[in-house]
Amino acid sequence: MENQKNVQAREYERYVKKVTPTHSLPVNMARAFLVGGLICVLGQYILNTAQAMGADKEEAGCWCSLILIFLSVLLTGLNIYPKLAKFGGAGTLVPITGFANSVAAPAIEYQKEGQVFGIGCKIFTIAGPVILYGVVSSWALGLIYCVMRLWR
Amino acid sequence: MDYINAFWVGGLICAIVQILLDRTKLMPGRIMVLLVCTGAVLSAFRIYDPFAEYAGAGATVPLIGFGHLLYQGVKDAVDECGVLGLFMGGLRASATGISAALIFGYLASLVFKPKMKE
Repeated sequence: MENQKNVQAREYERYVKKVTPTHSLPVNMARAFLVGGLICVLGQYILNTAQAMGADKEEAGCWCSLILIFLSVLLTGLNIYPKLAKFGGAGTLVPITGFANSVAAPAIEYQKEGQVFGIGCKIFTIAGPVILYGVVSSWALGLIYCVMRLWR
Repeated sequence: MDYINAFWVGGLICAIVQILLDRTKLMPGRIMVLLVCTGAVLSAFRIYDPFAEYAGAGATVPLIGFGHLLYQGVKDAVDECGVLGLFMGGLRASATGISAALIFGYLASLVFKPKMKE
């Protein structure tokens, strides 16, 4: 009886090992590198084009985020971004397009739950923490800068 | 040349984050928060500016660039109008990105229907 249990446990372990998808870290990293790199190249292209059309550095940066965010939301709505994310992993998560995706995806997903508690709440599921901690950390660091400036 | 720099720097940041994604139990949301805070800290230590000068979009398109934008906004506003700037600069500098994501995201929820997960 005890022996049979052991055999079963071993069988089960083997089964779990077989069905768990194997992640090859180097391959995933290469994919993330490729996809993330290409998104940044697209960003650089928008920056250069905007500057060539007479925008200053700050405006060009705004155009760059604006267009990348628009494209990302569009691809999310057309269900293409999830496929890209499956291939690119962190390559689609790290750029600003990943942020836009995390805003648009829950908004589309939860529209059935209503304008306020569906779209309105869920749109901030990931954007909320990102904006909150971004604002608070930059405020705290700014406070240090402020104090150091008075010191001098 | 700026395309090559943007490609390999942006790609490298993504590849490093892929290690975090695969080897730790950090969820995407936590990773994004981490990236933005890291960007703000790097920016405060004045590491980010020369880096962004070199890599262009490779440094500004990833989310750590968002943290950099927030801190620079706060810093510029503090230079401009003192303590009040602490509460003004961050969101002002990042307004385009946040507004664009929210507005386009909302419009997308009106246009597109939810899809089945594969």
